[in-house]
Amino acid sequence: MNRQTFLRLAGGAAACSLAACQPSGPSGGGAGSGGKRVVGFSQIGADNPWRTAETESIKAEAAKRGIELKFSDAQGQQEAQISAMRSFIAQGVQGIILAPKVETGWEAILKEAKDAKIPVVLVDRGVAVADDSLYATLIASDFVAEGTMAGEWLAKKCGGKAGVIQLEGTTGSAPANDRKKGFEAAMASHPEIKVLASQTGDFKRSDGKNVMEALLKVHGAAITAVYAHNDDMAIGAIQALEAAGRRPGKDVVVVSIDGMGFAFDAIVEGKLNATVECNPLLGEMAFAALEQVLKGEALPKLLVQKDRLFDESNAAAERPNRKY
Amino acid sequence: MNRFRTPLLWPLAALVALLVFNALASPGFFDVEWKDGRLYGTVVDICNQGARVPMLLALGMTLVIATGGVDLSVGSLMAVSGAVAAVQVNAGASLGQAVGLALLLCSGLGLVNGVLIAKVRLQPIIATLVMMVAGRGLAMLLTGSQMVPFKHEGLTFLANGAVGGLPVPIPLVLGVALLAGVALRGSAWGLFIEATGDNETASRLAGLPTGGVRLLVYAFSGLCAGMSGLLEASNIAAADPARMGDTRELDAIFAVVAGGTALTGGRFSLAGSLVGALLLQTLTLTLYNQNVPPAVAPVPKALVILVVCLLHSPKLREQWGRWRSPSPA
Repeated sequence: MNRQTFLRLAGGAAACSLAACQPSGPSGGGAGSGGKRVVGFSQIGADNPWRTAETESIKAEAAKRGIELKFSDAQGQQEAQISAMRSFIAQGVQGIILAPKVETGWEAILKEAKDAKIPVVLVDRGVAVADDSLYATLIASDFVAEGTMAGEWLAKKCGGKAGVIQLEGTTGSAPANDRKKGFEAAMASHPEIKVLASQTGDFKRSDGKNVMEALLKVHGAAITAVYAHNDDMAIGAIQALEAAGRRPGKDVVVVSIDGMGFAFDAIVEGKLNATVECNPLLGEMAFAALEQVLKGEALPKLLVQKDRLFDESNAAAERPNRKY
Repeated sequence: MNRFRTPLLWPLAALVALLVFNALASPGFFDVEWKDGRLYGTVVDICNQGARVPMLLALGMTLVIATGGVDLSVGSLMAVSGAVAAVQVNAGASLGQAVGLALLLCSGLGLVNGVLIAKVRLQPIIATLVMMVAGRGLAMLLTGSQMVPFKHEGLTFLANGAVGGLPVPIPLVLGVALLAGVALRGSAWGLFIEATGDNETASRLAGLPTGGVRLLVYAFSGLCAGMSGLLEASNIAAADPARMGDTRELDAIFAVVAGGTALTGGRFSLAGSLVGALLLQTLTLTLYNQNVPPAVAPVPKALVILVVCLLHSPKLREQWGRWRSPSPA
């Protein structure tokens, strides 16, 4: 009884995940029917607005170019991404766009795509493969540059003198490592800016608030600036600063990264000073790259998405354009 | 030997040791100020942050573990609770409605755990693992997978307000603990829980309502997770369905074990679990205060946990006893 129930549950779960990896585009048309180009897109999931915006951007660009897009949402499962790619290959798509969940484990499926002469464009995250001819190119933001941009802006805003709390992202994740590296590189040329403490807030609003609450007791008035690796932690820090009677945006400079809609709202309210966007609108670049590869042109292995910084001077004007 | 049987002794000793370390290593650790009508200081933070999650979750987890089970779903149920409350207040519901619905739903999902375990006879780890996955999915479904911010004075007061100078979560968790303690120790139900964990078959044959005991403890664990989720959502004025409560069930299990409730079941100490949760929170804040790099912070944390668990080990204590008195009477 025990065992049967469990098996039934497990079976149900497996069926769900199989269903999840069926491309949800119009089926039965077959690739290339009517001379229309068909491209497959394997997305990790839709667990945050950033990723949803990325998906929308790619769908919109496909529609604009008259390309039929076969879309698969892997719901956070690498295996589902791999089986979606396998089904794209079986359907004979002309190209594949992949937002890989993790860096490793892609060799076999990328090799299958290469053997079928289907170019794969990676978006927003890279893969670790020995042979970089397995994919056409990676289109991504440069996290190190984002950190440096935030650091330089903070240094200028504070007049080269500050006590900074750094709220790091999830320990060991690429954006956290690189945004820290970029920021600290910028700080190297500002000896009067002291990073008082650098602790992880795990990219979460709640952890950002908890850490800030604790560090306010330790460093108190010495804190004149906060640098958060994402907007969520910055909002958490702002709440902790306000609860402690400080005025974020006025007597404590707060800078973060991501450029989410709510961060723009916080800048307009005067509580957040600046955010460096990490632009998810990769659709245009992704399809342009695919076209180039299909025409046989060579591409660099990394195409950097240009990220901009927004502060009180331009956030209000940009807010209506933020869809995520 | 009797003094070693007090489950409170070892987590308290570890907590005191940690506090002494902080008194020496970080000046101002015990400073408490009166600010905007409330107490303000590191120790208040420890109690407040500790009350919101690990202490509340540990209360529910203690009873579950005492029956020989485990509840992995509490982190996900936190997310469900936060999501329900946020969606409700944004739709114009009153505080009572939002809180009531969130707590009702979480107790109900806890009860489902109980039914799967007591009636369908699934292993607790499997049944609650299913609920952990399903609960996260439900939270995502309720919110459309997006963070749901809210502006609602009543709901944000739960975690940000103060009662008698203390942040609300502190008196709240103490109240829940006191109620549960009095209800269980004042009646035979505490004993029923322990008997169920000790030997379920014998207890059932002796006429104890072991099925009812299990339904009760899992529903209570769900309720505690619901309260914790409300406080976490209240704290940041938003529900975070994807990440709220993520892996916090492990914190709760640690607090319970550190507090002297054995994973094998059969006995429990609510006070011990509260001290265990405080120990964990003090440790977390100590690492922030000392600015230990996040990459290596898990190491000292693991060491303290290991030491507390070793102190609880009957085998080691036996050895220690022999070493202290080489010729036992």
